Amino acid sequence: MIGFATRRLIQALIVMLVVALLAFTMFRFVGDPINQMVGIETSIEEREALRERLGLNDPIPVQFLRFVTKAAQFDFGTSYQFRQPVSELFAKRIPATLELSLTSALFALVVGIPMGIYAGLNRESPISKLFLSVSLVGISLPTFFIGILLIFLFSVTLQWLPSFGRGDTVQIGSWWTTGFLTASGLKALILPSITLGLYQMTLIMRLIRAEMLEVIRTDYIKFARARGLPDRLVHFRHALKNTLVPVITITGLQLGAIIAFATITETVFNWPGMGLLFLQAVQNVDIPIMSAYLLLTAFLFVAINFIVDILYFYIDPRLRVGRP
Amino acid sequence: MNVLDIKDLTVEFPGRKSVFVAVDDVDMSVDAGKILGVVGESGAGKSTVGNAVIGLLQEPGRIAGGEVFLHGKRIDNLPYKEKRLLRGRKIGMIFQDPLTSLDPLQTVESQLVETIRTHLPLSAKDAQKRAVELIDAVGIPNPGERIKQYPHQFSGGMRQRVVIALALCAEPELVIADEPTTALDVSIQAQILELMKKLCEERNVAMLVITHDMGVIADITDHVAVMYHGDLVEYGETTQVLGAPQHPYTQSLISAVPRPDVKVERFPVVNYIEKAGTPQKHIDISTHWLGKSRDYEKISGPLVQIRDLDMRFEVRGSVFPSRRKYFQAVKKVSFDIQQGETFGLVGESGSGKSTIARLITGLYDPTGGSILFGKTELTSLKNRKDVLAMRRQMQMIFQDPYSSLNARMRVRDIIAEPIKFHKLASGNAEVRQIVDDLLDHVGLGAQAGQKFPHEFSGGQRQRISIARALATRPRFLICDEPTSALDVSIQAQILNLLKDLQEELGLTMLFISHDLAVIRQMCNRIGVMRNGELCEVSDCDDLFERPQHPYTRELLDLMPSMELLSRANLETS
Repeated sequence: MIGFATRRLIQALIVMLVVALLAFTMFRFVGDPINQMVGIETSIEEREALRERLGLNDPIPVQFLRFVTKAAQFDFGTSYQFRQPVSELFAKRIPATLELSLTSALFALVVGIPMGIYAGLNRESPISKLFLSVSLVGISLPTFFIGILLIFLFSVTLQWLPSFGRGDTVQIGSWWTTGFLTASGLKALILPSITLGLYQMTLIMRLIRAEMLEVIRTDYIKFARARGLPDRLVHFRHALKNTLVPVITITGLQLGAIIAFATITETVFNWPGMGLLFLQAVQNVDIPIMSAYLLLTAFLFVAINFIVDILYFYIDPRLRVGRP
Repeated sequence: MNVLDIKDLTVEFPGRKSVFVAVDDVDMSVDAGKILGVVGESGAGKSTVGNAVIGLLQEPGRIAGGEVFLHGKRIDNLPYKEKRLLRGRKIGMIFQDPLTSLDPLQTVESQLVETIRTHLPLSAKDAQKRAVELIDAVGIPNPGERIKQYPHQFSGGMRQRVVIALALCAEPELVIADEPTTALDVSIQAQILELMKKLCEERNVAMLVITHDMGVIADITDHVAVMYHGDLVEYGETTQVLGAPQHPYTQSLISAVPRPDVKVERFPVVNYIEKAGTPQKHIDISTHWLGKSRDYEKISGPLVQIRDLDMRFEVRGSVFPSRRKYFQAVKKVSFDIQQGETFGLVGESGSGKSTIARLITGLYDPTGGSILFGKTELTSLKNRKDVLAMRRQMQMIFQDPYSSLNARMRVRDIIAEPIKFHKLASGNAEVRQIVDDLLDHVGLGAQAGQKFPHEFSGGQRQRISIARALATRPRFLICDEPTSALDVSIQAQILNLLKDLQEELGLTMLFISHDLAVIRQMCNRIGVMRNGELCEVSDCDDLFERPQHPYTRELLDLMPSMELLSRANLETS
């Protein structure tokens, strides 16, 4: 177990280093950083001095090492457009994105899992068929379209829910702002999190359904029935647990995707999160923000994958002992 | 009063166009402490009887007529919930494959405890105590410790013991065992059968044993019911039915069981079961492509000489050689296979017999030793052209006819592939003609070529595999358990076909099987393997009459006794 975890940690570190190299390359070689920082009227001597001061004349490996060391301390340099440290900008935006992502992931799991179990157990029932047809819509419609549709229906026509922004937020600690504690904040969360989570929900539902159908056919489920166990035990203790390994893998990856790629939803709902920041950075060629975002995304995926791998151990005892 | 009474039971599976009657008007009964065997080949409806009794018929199957009584109380028409409470409480069930019938994610203890507590009003602690007692009763050593383990930590035989313990959790009156030993080795099979018999007597349980294996029937049952295509064709005391079978189907079934005691020239085939597939059109081997001058080098002496063959697999990899772990599958094995003979390899699962076949054909590279084929050393072949030339001379027939044929190719293309690959015929017309002739020759008929593998039964598929193997005009044929997945009557046909082909084409064969009776009928010389080592090599009759190695003697003792079986019509055929 510990050996496995260390091996995975080392692999994760290697992945992070490779991504850091990519981010560094982008930072250092896409356009001249000096040109981005200074005005047109700066003289060549001044530029050269700045170059020397920023260490851009050092050998490349030294620069990379410096970049990694700084990144490890959350120092990603200064944004070209805002003239503020990138880490400060991120800190302001992260709470919004995390709250939105977690809410939509929760929505996807809480709705998707029971639907999947039901559809897997009652394959022929009309409700299962309805679930499947609806989920097909969820998978095929693009996110922005669903968002616009929901805004049109609930904000414009019915005027129940706000169409943009986070509503009122409450400050917790030095930098975390939350929308969970106010009524308008919660209301503002509903539409964007459904928009963002709908695709994941249908995916999880379909996955659980397919896995359930598979597991229900196995001998150990037949044997559990032949022992007279009540359906509740057969379905939840034996069947559901055996479907979990692939489900956790996909859910983990999807959670990463929700956090990293909330961009479109954030744009549609004008959500003040990371996605919006990233989009502005792309428009203004704000390289430090882009490379920091790349690193952050990679870190999220690596961390989630690591947690998923560890979870396998708790679910499947066959992985716990070394094979004979 | 009988524990189980089945009266006029009929089970139907409504299909889209017609209704398939799986069990047709069947009567049988079992008394406490007695074992009733239900025997028949695949598709006979024997498992359906068991499933109907316990109320677990697969959708859309239903009981269309008749009654099932447990201790005189009718159970087939009970509502779902009451039926469920019977399962496990009054009727226990044992499944075929112990590797898949336990939930891999739960400890043995939790599976036992949940079953006990479903049926008996016990506290968690008492249920645990009872679980340990049960595990002890089915003969698993160290029950207190082992019960905390997960199914994958048990061997196949031990898992089947756990399954039996689970079936006995709530002291059921009736136990249904569906092919309880089919997935096990002979030595384990003997232990499990003994255990079942003992438990049946000690606990006064009625037992319904469903099997295709006449040996199991002869070994433990008191009564036997023979089923054929949903019908009960013969029913009575085991000694009576096996000793003096009345119905022609029973007679043919018994005569198709390979004899372990005497070697006979051919297996008696009774065309009762499946059209035995006789060659539609006889090919004159002397003039046909198949028998044409095989441009192989002439050799004197043995065709295959194996010396000190070693094979180990890496079980745990590591950067440090000292930390790597290996599994030694084949240890210093040496033997010869003479030209034109059938050499048998026999042993239990994991003894390394299939590994040897894979080493000879080049599917694995050996870690040591040499394999001399004719004059060529196979382990040192480097050149791809030489390798292909060697592979053409040897072909393999695999155990599972369902997974060894590509499901998306027509049979004709499956057989033509090796001919085209090795460029053994000129032009598509000739290839086509050869394929048709081959299909005729193995008894399928040329029109079979247009179909896909799934349209054939297991026996027919094995014929396709044989035709494919012959398509390179090999001189050495390796058969790895070619009939283990087949019914006895089909097995007899396939083995006869192999014998005929060997005679006609002068093939040399390596025949691998775990079934001693089949080995005795097929082979000239036999090697006995255990744990990767070759214990003994001797002539067929010598091995059975005068076994030298203690392990061989042990294996022979474990063979189910077939003395009960009538051989009356064998003598006449």
